[in-house]
Amino acid sequence: MAKYFLIESRSSFDSTQVTQNYQLASDLANAGNETTLFLVENGVLAARAAAANGLASLNAVNVLADDFSLRERGISETELGNGVQVASIAAVVDAMAEGQKTIWL
Amino acid sequence: MSTKTLTFSIMDSPFEQARTTTAFRMIHEAIERGYNVNVFAYEGAVSLAFAHQKPHANAVHGRSVEEEDHPLTKDWIAALQEKAKAKGSQLDWINCGLCVDERGVNDAIDGCRRGKPSDLWKWASESDGTLIIATK
Repeated sequence: MAKYFLIESRSSFDSTQVTQNYQLASDLANAGNETTLFLVENGVLAARAAAANGLASLNAVNVLADDFSLRERGISETELGNGVQVASIAAVVDAMAEGQKTIWL
Repeated sequence: MSTKTLTFSIMDSPFEQARTTTAFRMIHEAIERGYNVNVFAYEGAVSLAFAHQKPHANAVHGRSVEEEDHPLTKDWIAALQEKAKAKGSQLDWINCGLCVDERGVNDAIDGCRRGKPSDLWKWASESDGTLIIATK
């Protein structure tokens, strides 16, 4: 199975497309692919535990939130939902160097 | 000498989208790791390297040019070129020639050259990883 590294820079409040992107991540993971969803820019707004969004359904997806984007928006690590890990932009570079299928959604 | 080469394709015009900053952060990190980096700029992104960008004062806030310290993308690219040189890696930057001519921004800073979409295809075929960052 393939490794997918998906990048989401918008929040579900910006565009309804984002919910479909979450579904894509979920479907790829449930099909047996190793799937990571990297949240960056306004994408990290969905990482908050208090946010009503579709991230909770991404049990099989490795969800990362960009540390720089979190700091820009005043979101602390303690505010993040279960399963969301803080990561640096290096995660994207590592995935590319490893040859993962890296897609900015 | 790095054994890894990453290719980024960027599309957004300067001074408009956070995607530009994020793209520069990724390129910076790749160079930091000693990787060779290719950047194919197309559509509005060909203006990122335009040599005639100028900083400006901010009359609304009463700040001089120096106080405003307005960031210019051409300077960010030059800084990345310097970083790559120091790291012993390569930063190759191509601006899509068609997009350049449409916008009249042929005068790019040193180290950035004209090219064509097939250059992106060639780079993508040869790189360890490619990321397309499109305008939304």
